[in-house]
Amino acid sequence: MSTLQSLDIKRRSATTAPSPSVRESAEVAKLIDISKCIGCKACQAACMEWNDLRDEVGHNVGVYDNPADLTPASWTVMRFNEIEVGENLAWLIRKDGCMHCSEPGCLKACPSPGAIVQYANGIVDFISENCIGCGYCVKGCPFNIPRISARDQKAYKCSLCSDRVAVGQIPACAKACPTQAIYFGTKTDMKNHADGRLQDLKSRGYQTAALYDPPGVGGTHVMYVLPYGDRPTDYSGLPANPRISPLVELWKGMAKPVALAGIGLAALLGFFHYVTKGPNEVEEEDEEKARAMADRENGGRS
Amino acid sequence: MASLAPTFGRGAMTNTWGDIKNTNLVVIMGGNAAEAHPCGFKWVTEAKAHNAAKLLVIDPRFTRSAAVADLYMPIRPGTDIAFLGGVIKYLLDNDKIQKEYVLNYTNAAYIVKQGYGFQEGLFSGWNEERKDYDRSSWDYELDEQGYVKIDNTLTDPRCVYQLMKQHYSRYTPEMVERICGTPKDKFLMAAQWMAETSAPDKAMTSMYALGWTQHSKGSQNIRAMAMVQLLLGNIGVAGGGMNALRGHSNIQGLTDLGLMSNLLPGYLNLPVDAEVDYATYIGRRNFKPMRPGQLSYWQNYSKFFVSFQKAMYGKAATKDNEFAYQWLPKLDVVYDVLRAFELMHQGKLNGYICQGFNPLMSFPNKAKLTAALSKLKFLVTIDPLSTETSEFWQNHGRYNDVKPEDIQTEVFRLPSTCFAEEEGSLTNSGRWLQWHWKGADAPGEAREDIRIMADIYRRIRGLYAKEGGTFADPVLNLHWPYRLPDEPTAEEIARETNGYVVESVPDPNDPSKMLLTAGLQLDGFAQLRDDGSTACGCWIYSGSFTERGNMMARRDTADPYDTGLAPNWAWCWPANRRVLYNRASCDAQGQPFNPKHRLVWWNGSRWTGPDVPDFVVTSKPSDGMGPFIMNAEGTARLFTRGMLREGPFPEHYEAMEAPIANPLHPKVSANPVARVFPGDRATFGTAADFPYVATTYRLTEHFHYWSKHTKINAILQPQQFVEIGEALAREKGIKAGDWVRVRSKRGDIEAVAVVTKRIKALQVDGRTVHTVGLPIHWGFVGQTRKGYATNTLTPFVGDANIETPEFKAFLVNVERLSAPSV
Repeated sequence: MSTLQSLDIKRRSATTAPSPSVRESAEVAKLIDISKCIGCKACQAACMEWNDLRDEVGHNVGVYDNPADLTPASWTVMRFNEIEVGENLAWLIRKDGCMHCSEPGCLKACPSPGAIVQYANGIVDFISENCIGCGYCVKGCPFNIPRISARDQKAYKCSLCSDRVAVGQIPACAKACPTQAIYFGTKTDMKNHADGRLQDLKSRGYQTAALYDPPGVGGTHVMYVLPYGDRPTDYSGLPANPRISPLVELWKGMAKPVALAGIGLAALLGFFHYVTKGPNEVEEEDEEKARAMADRENGGRS
Repeated sequence: MASLAPTFGRGAMTNTWGDIKNTNLVVIMGGNAAEAHPCGFKWVTEAKAHNAAKLLVIDPRFTRSAAVADLYMPIRPGTDIAFLGGVIKYLLDNDKIQKEYVLNYTNAAYIVKQGYGFQEGLFSGWNEERKDYDRSSWDYELDEQGYVKIDNTLTDPRCVYQLMKQHYSRYTPEMVERICGTPKDKFLMAAQWMAETSAPDKAMTSMYALGWTQHSKGSQNIRAMAMVQLLLGNIGVAGGGMNALRGHSNIQGLTDLGLMSNLLPGYLNLPVDAEVDYATYIGRRNFKPMRPGQLSYWQNYSKFFVSFQKAMYGKAATKDNEFAYQWLPKLDVVYDVLRAFELMHQGKLNGYICQGFNPLMSFPNKAKLTAALSKLKFLVTIDPLSTETSEFWQNHGRYNDVKPEDIQTEVFRLPSTCFAEEEGSLTNSGRWLQWHWKGADAPGEAREDIRIMADIYRRIRGLYAKEGGTFADPVLNLHWPYRLPDEPTAEEIARETNGYVVESVPDPNDPSKMLLTAGLQLDGFAQLRDDGSTACGCWIYSGSFTERGNMMARRDTADPYDTGLAPNWAWCWPANRRVLYNRASCDAQGQPFNPKHRLVWWNGSRWTGPDVPDFVVTSKPSDGMGPFIMNAEGTARLFTRGMLREGPFPEHYEAMEAPIANPLHPKVSANPVARVFPGDRATFGTAADFPYVATTYRLTEHFHYWSKHTKINAILQPQQFVEIGEALAREKGIKAGDWVRVRSKRGDIEAVAVVTKRIKALQVDGRTVHTVGLPIHWGFVGQTRKGYATNTLTPFVGDANIETPEFKAFLVNVERLSAPSV
């Protein structure tokens, strides 16, 4: 949301300038322990409170989920799914929101310089004043998270409370969670904590319990403890193996270098042109031609 | 609360929130702690994370609590006693009881009178004409000195243990499945899990709430689990207990201060008509010990009562005028909310001051309530919010279909402050009195409730003083010592509630010293006297505001023995004891049953430990005093004598509206002494017309009918819905998101359908029974979308002992709508 904070930027969309690298910052992560989550939505309320967001008072669409989906004003929502596991029932409740990927598809896709940044601590943040509302981040996200506001044509999503984290506070959702289902700390600590949780879950019969930290996006800075780790998609469509869309990869991997090469080539040719022919000067003949062209374009008005 | 006091002696959650982390097994039945008490539920997650505890959830619906449970099983609404009776049988048959505990700390060995019996659904003493019991045979056999006879071998056929065994012999696992619809193997698994906690070093905690109380036999639901916990030796121990989770933040305070129409503060009783003078009143309350060497603490009743009267009437309460006894109202019948509305409906009650209460939404049969309110001359509401009750006369289409022009009731709305806009104490479930400070000024003309009431009182008093009137004495003589009479402060009232010395009392051993000095705050209720020298507004709260200051304002989180008790955080009644009956956590010799989680112990000369001993600290174990010091027996009651109206043992009765006749005794299917007014019988439906069981409940996103006034809560759960199981939905062609109409004999509502796997059709007594879930939070005012009062549907029937209405089990029908009517 904002650049007025003291976090170092590691990556910046559509920018090649080097990032500051003197300060050392540990990577942070939020660990959402689904086995402790009761779906109370205190995290949603805290998110609204801290970020001054008020979505519409919506409708019930036949499920507990409300708001029914992420919106520009709902950066996190609980998603509820009922499944049968053997003869038992499971009510899988997942807090959905930005995963803060180590390899953020949104940032890679973003063509606007500095509209999406990744801080050195791993948080991926949208810098609204640079956002042009093109929607490429939506295409680039393997988790279907960003939403474009119809009001201001800008993209919004969870900031992992980068403003709070910057001053040593934990995200609002983690602060509000009554059952400590949301943990926050360094990524290393969170993985260690998850190990203990997995042991406990396995001792209670959840043999496939697993940590969700998908390698396809380089790991994430929001991780889940999944009691049924072998079936992530049952958690309201959590992708089993998320990857950045091939189109974005194409844009970044091949097309973008080619395009950049094209821009470079044009500059180079311009340079040689200048060296060999001298500065381009507009001559009266050219001005005439331009005027005639403009007249045609404007239907004769001038 | 009406069931815990007859069993243990005090009507309150036995343990404390933080102590739940010490448990081995959490049983959530008759409640949904994750949903309704999400913050307290953190202690369940603590127990699971750090004490390897298991969580067992038994509920008609797979709830948010069930979502994180180790084991869940369904049960048909209104059949908890059948289930728990089955558990009692299992424990007795398999000898899975904590024997030393049961023998020493319960009345299992006590001999019951000849003449007590149970047959065909009725206990001895039934009077068909009066539709009530003569309870005289539900009592003990006494010896020549007036003590109860006992048989420590537990073999006498008339001892409580044997009678209990006989009573529950009918509750086989097959019968449990037939009545409750819980598969037999699941039931046996639950019974086995509970049975494991009969080991002296294991504990189980029972967390329950309105899922047990809101039934026509609510008190007995709780009694059944209390018996299970006694047999397992789980009362008075760390991680054990009967933990009644209170809904409103100060509802425990309401009960403690006696805001029931038949109580005075501190669980004292308002006199009844027959108690014509103080001597008769107090003579009926001598609480003589029923076994040798027992404390029977209620023997001090007169001290609590006289000190209360001194707080009420000051100098005007004297020995000569029976300490103003005659200024108290005397009851002919109990005037609970159901009766008040019945009288209003009959036109006999014409004015109503409704403070912090929204009965139009929260009491049964909205149509009857509206008719009753419409007959009033005046209605005064005192509330921070604009409640439906205060707008009952407004037409809101189908949501409140009234004709304002036909309603003559004059309504006055007095806006009050909400908790963050005032100072004071709140009492939580765990009996903690926590002081809080004002965070913001109230908007507009809102005033604190204390100020509103003081103003009303001062004006009424002024009228009596000027014009006289019938029975002016209690009004004119009220003790009103506040610095600003129109604005008593919370602190002044807290000091008065704690109590103070009225007249100095010299030390009988050394006349040069004072035992009590006039004007000083009391240290605790042990100092109370019945000669008028002390005043105390609520004896159990004595100790909360002493000469050492406001104990409720303490904020020390230190927890020296890591017990979860935090003894210097706020203050807890009685006497800052965090776990009631904690003497029972030790064996007969005074040593802890569970050395890992110790609360108190006998150190050779006195009782000590991290908790305040709920005992006489110098009473040697060999003196044989029992741990349930409030009871005249000194023990807890498996058999409650005549204290509850249905009988001394809980018996399964069907709800007033039920899909089947009671398989145990079809002729006496429902609770024979449930609270039903004659005119309401015609409003009960039958399974032929209303084939589905309905149950009402709350959602985490909302708090009763308050939070719908808050934008954020409205966003989180914006619109009324009903929950329907997949099987019933298929049968009726209902899809998630469709509109449905739910109808009972009393009215109908319309809402969006949530179709779910979480409500299963159950096989009950050879047939399929579907349950329909009805969350309650919507109404016709607030920020959510408008919805119907769920109490349009609920029956006007109450528990036999405390008149709590039956919101958890009644009958409805369901149909699909193509569109809502409005």
